[in-house]
Amino acid sequence: MSKIFKDAKEALHDIVSGSTIMSGGFGLCGIPENSINQLEKMNIQNLTVISNNIGNSGRGLVKILVQDKIKKAYCSYVGGNPDLEKRIINKSIEIELVPQGTFSERIRAAGMGVRAFYTPTGYGTIVAEGKDVKVFDRPCILEEALHADFALIKAQKADEYGNLWFKETARNFSPLMAMAAKTTIVEAEEIVPLGAIPAEDVHLPGIFVQRVYLGKDYQNDIEFLITDEGENS
Amino acid sequence: MTWSKTEMAKEVIQFFKPGDYVNLGIGIPSLVAEHIGAGLDIHIHSENGVLGVSGRPSQQSVSPTLINAGKETISIKDGASFFDSSLSFGMIRGGHIDFSVLGGMEVDVEGNLANWMIPGKKITGMGGAMDLVNGAKNVVVMMSHFNKSGDAKLVSSTKLPLTGKNVVDLVVTDKGIFKPNQKSFDIIKLADNVKEEDLKLP
Repeated sequence: MSKIFKDAKEALHDIVSGSTIMSGGFGLCGIPENSINQLEKMNIQNLTVISNNIGNSGRGLVKILVQDKIKKAYCSYVGGNPDLEKRIINKSIEIELVPQGTFSERIRAAGMGVRAFYTPTGYGTIVAEGKDVKVFDRPCILEEALHADFALIKAQKADEYGNLWFKETARNFSPLMAMAAKTTIVEAEEIVPLGAIPAEDVHLPGIFVQRVYLGKDYQNDIEFLITDEGENS
Repeated sequence: MTWSKTEMAKEVIQFFKPGDYVNLGIGIPSLVAEHIGAGLDIHIHSENGVLGVSGRPSQQSVSPTLINAGKETISIKDGASFFDSSLSFGMIRGGHIDFSVLGGMEVDVEGNLANWMIPGKKITGMGGAMDLVNGAKNVVVMMSHFNKSGDAKLVSSTKLPLTGKNVVDLVVTDKGIFKPNQKSFDIIKLADNVKEEDLKLP
């Protein structure tokens, strides 16, 4: 059965207020631009959003952050996102800052059926507050899996079974989020025939994907353009 | 005399041996990549999912999907690889990275590092730093010796929220190279004409 949807509006139709949403991308690299634009248009509130940066420089998820649609955010890095930093400091958003490796592993754990794991990352810091500590070779803290209702991700290529192929460093958190959500919605720059992505080169097997649509008008913004001739941004 | 950022980067490069896997943080540490010559066979890892970072791209080869963890455009060398964030941090958390070079706000005599927030004033978030300092075999902090108020950033006890406890192996500042020894800092090397009494070491 084909998983292809017509567009962002159709693919995101059942996201409602109070949903927990994961959104792929590192900074602005590999973000689901069309799905974020659709969230911006939808009349929804009180979202919990799990994303490494919650957008950057006024772009990406910052579009819905400034609409105050996000009640709680999980992320690892705030630098370059003054709209988020301001809301954290004046406490107008609930925030859980998660070390980036713990962040990716908690998401992966959800997809893999692992309920929780021990890690030394964060021991002796604010991150460890209230968490179970156990000494293995050294002290470790217990971190729990991170689930979501929806994952919104972007792939370079997708087929109708939901097999995905990512370009360069645009892969980042996206395959992990696809595994961790009940419903994974993929926007792709190209929808290709079955078999066009050689089986050996499938980065994420379609079993983790529920919906695919063809994205359009990609900006693919560069945050810091630096070439061998110097900085251009 | 103090070291320039470039001279600091060159001091850090002296620690590496051929074949090492090295992660470079945002800010001053990213300069290290620009000064690793082609002759030195070092593999640069960036936690957003690439191993084998090379220099800056040419105008023609810039790609919006090819960036480092500082969100800057990069190029890769032959033999590079791409992967997802979990595998990338597996390289870090699993102890496969030889050196983590990162910036700092404070380092104390026990090797505690603070580098991600000033309560009520500034929050950058920890990003991958907490994983890096606990996972890499060697942790090198690159930072200016003094803050803007003229206080040394090498302290007896950190006051800012920690990034990691007992994690720092070496600190490279514009004044020299230092190693936390529980009571103070061992001086490994000083920049030319820098006097120990000017360092405000604890």
